[in-house]
Parts: sequence; C-alpha cells; structure tokens
Amino acid sequence: MFDTLLPYLLAGISVGGQYAMIAVGYTLVYGILRLINFAHGDIFTAAGFFMIYLTASLPIGLSIPLVIILTVALGFVVERVAYKPLRSAPRMSIMISAIGVSYLLQNLMWYITGGLAKQYPVLPFLSQTIRLGSATTKLVTIITPLLTVGLVVALVMLINHTKIGMAMRAVSVDFETSQLMGIKINSVISVTFVIGSAMAAIGSLLYFTNYTAVTPTVGAMPGLKAFVAAVFGGIGSIPGAMIGALIIGICENLIKAAGLTAFSDAFTFALLIVVLLFRPTGLFGEKTTDKV
Amino acid sequence: MKKLLALVLAVMMLVPAFALADNTIRIGVFEPSTGDNGAGGKQEILGIEYANSVAPTVNIGGEEYTVELVIEDNQSLTDKAISAAQSLVSKDVAVVLGSYGSGVSMAGGDVFAEAGVPAIGVSCTNPNVTLLCDYYWRICFLDPFQGTVMANFAKELGATKAYVLTMLGEDYGVGLGKYFVEAFKALGGEVVEENFTEGTSDFAAYINNAASNGCDVMFAPCATTYAALIIDQAAAQGISFPILAGDTWENSAILNAAKGKDIKVYCSTFFDENDDAAAAASFVSGFKAWLNADSSKLTNNGGNDIVAAVSALGFDAYNVALAAITAAGSADPAAIAEALPGVTYEGVTGAIAFDDVGDAKKDMAYIKFANPETGAFDFVKTQSVAE
Amino acid sequence: MKKGNMRLIISLLVVAALYAGGFLIEHTAGSKSMVVTVLQKGAVYALIAVSMNLLNGFTGLFSLGQAGFMLVGAYAYAILTIPMAKRAAVYQYYDGGWVQFTVGVLPALLVAGLVAALFAALIGMPVLRLKGDYLAIATLGFAEIIRAIVQWDTIGPLTNGSNLLKTYPTLKNIMPGNTVLFTFLVVGVCIGLILLLINSTYGRAFKAIRDDEVAAEAMGINLFRHKQMAFVVSSFFAGIGGALLAMYQGSLQANSFKSAMTYEILLIVVIGGLGSVSGSVMASFLFIACSEWWLRFLDAETMLGNVQVPLLAPGFRMVVFSVVIMVVVLFFRKGIMGTRELWELGNRRQAKGGRKS
Repeated sequence: MFDTLLPYLLAGISVGGQYAMIAVGYTLVYGILRLINFAHGDIFTAAGFFMIYLTASLPIGLSIPLVIILTVALGFVVERVAYKPLRSAPRMSIMISAIGVSYLLQNLMWYITGGLAKQYPVLPFLSQTIRLGSATTKLVTIITPLLTVGLVVALVMLINHTKIGMAMRAVSVDFETSQLMGIKINSVISVTFVIGSAMAAIGSLLYFTNYTAVTPTVGAMPGLKAFVAAVFGGIGSIPGAMIGALIIGICENLIKAAGLTAFSDAFTFALLIVVLLFRPTGLFGEKTTDKV
Repeated sequence: MKKLLALVLAVMMLVPAFALADNTIRIGVFEPSTGDNGAGGKQEILGIEYANSVAPTVNIGGEEYTVELVIEDNQSLTDKAISAAQSLVSKDVAVVLGSYGSGVSMAGGDVFAEAGVPAIGVSCTNPNVTLLCDYYWRICFLDPFQGTVMANFAKELGATKAYVLTMLGEDYGVGLGKYFVEAFKALGGEVVEENFTEGTSDFAAYINNAASNGCDVMFAPCATTYAALIIDQAAAQGISFPILAGDTWENSAILNAAKGKDIKVYCSTFFDENDDAAAAASFVSGFKAWLNADSSKLTNNGGNDIVAAVSALGFDAYNVALAAITAAGSADPAAIAEALPGVTYEGVTGAIAFDDVGDAKKDMAYIKFANPETGAFDFVKTQSVAE
Repeated sequence: MKKGNMRLIISLLVVAALYAGGFLIEHTAGSKSMVVTVLQKGAVYALIAVSMNLLNGFTGLFSLGQAGFMLVGAYAYAILTIPMAKRAAVYQYYDGGWVQFTVGVLPALLVAGLVAALFAALIGMPVLRLKGDYLAIATLGFAEIIRAIVQWDTIGPLTNGSNLLKTYPTLKNIMPGNTVLFTFLVVGVCIGLILLLINSTYGRAFKAIRDDEVAAEAMGINLFRHKQMAFVVSSFFAGIGGALLAMYQGSLQANSFKSAMTYEILLIVVIGGLGSVSGSVMASFLFIACSEWWLRFLDAETMLGNVQVPLLAPGFRMVVFSVVIMVVVLFFRKGIMGTRELWELGNRRQAKGGRKS
C-alpha cells in the first residue's frame, strides 16, 4: 500500500512546496494591500522565461542569480506602475488593474516567444535521478520541501525580528496609522513585492526543473492554486500558506491516483469555496503574530 | 469624442476589402503557428510554401494566374480558429488548406461552408472534420485507421494492458484514443483510460497510475508541448514500457525530449523521408535544399532539416488545390468545390482520390521510433490494417 | 415630462437607425465582410458585457463567474437544438447521446437563460454571503468547476464530454441573410429588459447596495435577496449571451470558456464604464472591432519597400491591445461613459460640467 502511494506522496510534497513558494507572495501582498495580485502567477512564468533566455548565452551559475534579480525587478516595476497610482482608488479598481497586468504580461510573453513552448534548461544537480524505496524521481523532489521550509523559517524570522518586518506588520494592521507613525508605506510595499517575487523566482527554478516546458500561460494555474493555498492557510500567515500549499499538492496527486483526473483542478476550487464558507480565516488566520 | 468616434468608425467601415491584382488567385493557409500545436503547424506551412515556390502559377482557362498564399494563424484554439477563418474568407481566398489539428478544422469548417469556400484538410485526422462539413476534403488517413494501426503495433510489441492518456477538449487526441481503445480491446487487450486538462505540467501522477495499474504500454496522442513533458517525466520515473502516439509526435520536440534518456517512444505517421519512390525522393532532396538556404525556415522546421510528414502532406495539399483549380477552369470557390471530388493526384505521400465523404483513400501508416542516441527518427515498418 | 417624451422618441429613433444600419451594412457589404462579423460578435459581447455590468457596475458585486454561466447557456442551447439526424455523428463516442429530441431556436434560447439562472441561484446561495475579492475568487472557482463538470466523461452522453458540439442552428441558418438583424433584435430585447430592471425600484435598490451596503440595509433593503436577484438575472442574460455566442461561432467547446474570457469581458465593462449600459455596448463593439479587424495588421509581418517593419509579428496586436487597456485602467478609470448613459449626456453636462474622455 505504502509502496504504491509513495510516488504520489513524493510528487505531491514536491509540487506543494513549489506552490508554497508562490503562495508566500500572495499572502504577503494580500496581508498588506488587501489585493489579490493576479499577476503573480505570470511573474512566476516570466522567471521561467528569463532562465531560458539567459542560459542560452550565460553559464547556469551566473544565470540563477540574474533570474532572481530580473524577477524581483519585474515585481517591483509592476507594483510601481500598476498598483501605486491606484492606492487611494476603490479596491475593485486595483484588482482590475492586477487582471490587466496579468493580461499584458501573458500577451507580452506570447509575443516574445512566438507562443511556442520552450524547453527549460537542465540544472545539473537538481535534475539527477535518484531511487527512493520503490520510487524513482528527480533530486529536486527531495530538495524542494527542505528548501521551502528553510526559506519560510527565514522569512518568519525576518518579519518577527527585524525593523522592516515590524514595519510590514504595522502596515498590515493599519495602513493609515502606520503612515502617521512615520513608516514609509511605499518602501514597505516595495519590499513586500521584492520578497514575493524572489520567492516566485526560486519556486520557478524548482518547478520547471520538474516540469520542463514553459509556455506563456503555464503560471496561471499554479498561481491560482497558490492563491487558494494562501486562503486555505489563512491569508497573511506565511506558515499557513506553506501548509496549505503542501496539503493542496498532496491532495491533487491523491485525487489523480484515485482516477478522478478531470477533477484535480476543480478540487482546489471546491476546497477554496468550502474554506471560505465555513472558516473564512483559514487554518491559521487568527494567529495575528504571524501576520505581516 | 463621440463625433470623432463616429467618424473613425465610418472611415473604417469604408476601407475596402483587399483589392486583387489581375490574374492572381489566393489560397488560404489555415494553420497554427502559435499555441500547443504551433511547432507542427509551422512545418505544415513550410511544406505548402515550398510547393508554392515550386509551382508559383496555375493555368486557369488558358491564362496563367499567380498564386498568392494568405497565411492566417488559428493559434491552436477552436475559438480563435473561427476569427482566423473569417479573416481568410474576408480576403477572398479561392480555396483553403489546413489545418494541423482536428478541433480547429472542425471549428473553422462552418465558416468555410457558410462562405462556400472549399477547404482541404492536410493532417487533421478526426472523422468529423469531413463528415460534418460538406466543404471539407482531406488528403491524410483517419483516426479509426490510425488508432487500429497503433493498437496492432502495441499488440506486436507484446503488450496486454494499455494506458491511454489524452487531453480533455482536444478532439484529435480524444478521438484517436477512443479508436485505439476499441481496437486494442478487440484484440483482447485491457485498457486504462485517463485525461489531463489543458495547461497541465505535472504528469507524475499519470505516469504513476500507468505503472501501478500494471500497464505495459502507454498510448498518449496529444500536442507536442505535453508530449515533451510526458517523456521527460516518464524517463525521470524510470518507466521501462514503450510510449506510443499518433502523427503529432513526429516532431523535433519529441526527439529533443527523448534524447539521451532511457525511453522507448514510437509514433505513426504519413510519410517517411527515406521513401525511395521517385516523387518522394525528389521532394525530399528539393525540400531540404530549400530549407537549408534560409536559416529562418530551418528554425521554423525545429532547427534541423529532417523532413516531417506534415510538410510532405502540405506539399501534396497545395498541389491537389492547384489540380482542382485547373480542373474547375475557374478561380471561383464554388466551381473549385464542384471540381474537387473528382480530382486524383499522385502525391509524394501516395495516391490521392476522394471518397463520398471527402476523405482520401489511404491505407498505409509508417511507424517510427525516436532514437535517443542519434536524436533522429528511425523507420520501423509500414503497417496497414488487415481487413 | 414633455422633455422626457422627446428623449424617449429620440432614443427609439436611434435604436431604429441602428437596426436599419445593421440591416443595410449586411446587405451592401456582403456576408463575407469583416464588418458583418464585427457587428455580430460585438452585439453578442454587448449583451454579455451589460449582464456583467449589472452585477459589477450597478450592484457592486465583484463577480468573475461570467464565463461559467455563458458556458452553461451555450451548452443548453446546443444540446437542445442539434438536429436528430446529426446526433449520431456529433455524439460519435457516446452512441448518439441521451437527449433524443430537439426544440426550436427561441425556446432553446429561453431555456439556455433559465438553466444559467438556475445554476446562479444554486451557487449564489452560499457564495453571495462573501464580500469583495473573496466573492470574486469564489465565483471564478465555480466557473472552473462548471467547466470541469461539463468535460467529465461520465456525463459525456449529455455534453459530448470535452469534444466539439456542432451542427446546431447557427446565425446563418436561423435568419439567412439577416444575421445582424437577428442578433441585434435578440440582444436589443435583452438589453431593453435589463434597462427596465435598472430603472425600476429594484434597480435603485441595487445601486443603493453598491454605494453603501450598511445604509441600504438600514433603509430596509433586503441585502441578500437583492444580491441574489442581481446575480440570477445577470446569469440569465449571460446564459442567453453564451447561446448567442454558440450560434455565432458555429461550434462549441467547453475549453474556450476559460477565466481569460471573463477577464476580457470585465475589461470591456471597465473600458465602457462601470455602471453604464451604453458604455458597455459601445466598448464591446470597439473591443471586438479592434481585436478582430482593425488591429489585425499588427500581427502580419509587413514589408515597406525592402525594409521589414519592426515589431510587427504574430502576437503584437494583443500586446498593443493590453497596453491600451492598462492605460484606460490607470488613467481613464471612468472609461468611456463613467456611470452615465448616452441619453443622459445632454442634461448632466450642464449640471456636472465637463466629462471625462
């Protein structure tokens, strides 16, 4: 029994860890701006394309940091151009702007790549095949959950024990008051987007090593699932987002194992609706200490 | 603002449709060059363009007409295909060639039928393309045939239980999968069927399902985008049984995915570049020279000069269209539609003659193996169905 | 009062002129022309955009489920109207399917709307208790779930699974030669009904809810009932819009009703102005004309003399298009019409001063 389930669990934990990397970006931004950043999944996709184009001319060791820097820059620019001008506008406007950015990024990537799937470069270490009991898998499957946990712990430390972390928590509790207290709102928000985008970039490195084709819309579904994970875990809570993402990743694979493959995506949304209706604060929503 | 808008609208409405130069006839090319099937669609366009460079004019009623190709991208999506088809029709094409992919052909078919423009299917293999549309003809074999061929081949490989994986909403794959299942069951085999949704990248669970169900062959007709992912993940999970698919997999994307990995991938297709018939041989050498002369064409072909079967079919489709135009003796779509059923043509992919439904009577498929060491397709055998 | 009568007469004349214009264009430009395509598709999108505006613009409910309800309507229409003789071929993998009768076009249209409304009523009960962006994401989720269910193989005999539905009556064979007129008629009646609703006491209640939920409730407006009503009515017309879209397309597949479709309609609504029916209508025609026709040259690699025009390549059209949309969203947040209507422009201009855009 365990032998048959093991490959599914492995795949689930791995993909869940990758969702978690994206979910952190959603949960941070929502915690501060109360905005579902629809463009976040596309920033994740862009990170994939950056890697493909950079490795075409640069060695992988140099490409990886550059990918993270470029992705962070993209996240920063998106916030400054599309969200900052709307800070005082109704929430609906800023969400529409997010949808517009997502539309723009997808079309732009479509234009640049010619709409064809691109093959992701092989990362020598992560792509190695290993045997684990009855299952054979890529090394990235094992590394992803470890790396995810490590980064999440680091992030929680950052938020709880540094000055900028304190500022982020203050802004998330009360936007205007924290402004009055002398917190530079705009730089706090930028930092939020920078952290979120950096996590998405690392997530994309892991994700595309496992699933090696990048298309302009490839990030849309993982993006939505990561958002659901963030809601499930309690929006604003970073550990919650991680646990939510892992649960979703595992459930998705178990559902496929049960033969209900057509519903593996729909399941995520059903879970979302159930959570929203019966426990809108999510699993860890009340714990304000984790909130940013 | 409003007045300005009205003025702009009025001016736009008055812009006349493209004026045709004298003695020019337009042939529409209805193909995906972007999206899931973009890679294959581009190869099909190359075949048509090459045919156009070989035979740039056609004789209509004693006068030489220049053939102009109008290429429209249907983006591999059934909803985009409709506007692409409308755009072709509005540019007054006399006949349409395409498409790669059955779903888009079925969606575009209605537009062509309503406008009375005949269309020649190049590599769309679903029966409904011609069955449900009076203005569609086709020059390749059909899925019931192809599915049976692959089922026979799977049996010959010694398989007893097949795992069939297709994409929801893709008429080509779903159809071909069903025919494979029917044929494989008729041969006494067992089948496990599953679908994935558009945009899936995580195939690990599907491959696990195949392995844990004890399947000893996998049949996965789908777009090359997904094929590359399936092959890569199957190799990562150490899958030892062969993976079979239909004509779409005869593409460089498959070779790249399989290269250097311990995996067995077979596909069926319409044509083999090592065919030694005279027409085929001269097409292959001419087409390779034409490709190698232009680096952008080479890129569109997937970065090498391997001749894809769909390019050969594109070449044949163009020539069938010319034959129909000559037979009709007119550039009028209605006359061409009337002449098409009677056209016979000796193509590089075999003899082409249409039956009552509008399908070419073809009864041979080529099975190829994606060689992971050489990164090329090895010809395995030709296979037809014993009735 | 007299002035009101005048305005009504003028409005009716304008509508009549639009119908006559559509009729004439189709008969002069010929059915192959892109103008006809734009008029058909633009009208269909106009209805869908107005139905979405009823929710998002007039009631202030940020719903992203429109594509799901269109899907339901389109499927209901197609399933009911495929001719008996063709069913075996269409449902080739499902032995001809379960439905073994056909109904007329107009009853099927009505059923399409009703089925979509029924789905909306069921979904609305739990979902409408959510607020703001949670409602948005929940409705988006439901649209995806509906799409997954329709594609489910087990109910394949009903929906043909994920395969294409074809051979149902399309615009061309309902009123041959007068496709534009037919579309305009159906869409016109539907939009007229929506306008009547908006100008009724219910409509005023919707707007009150949009402007301030607490105040509206204090005024004795039953929040849930009115939200539910707006949701159901909006979905009813989205269902009819979906059926019209199916008629326009000639073939139908669940796969094309993705969330991207909802986003497109939302952007149309925003361009036209959240809370303006005439704005949505104008924006629909503009949007469709640009994407299907005027901007198509951006996708074609063009040679000017010997020089290849830079940037023009497949996909460029959509880039330009999305940049324009971002500009509207960021700098012209009111869109073409804001919350006003075309027929109100005369008197409001003096009252409020200049208008935007």
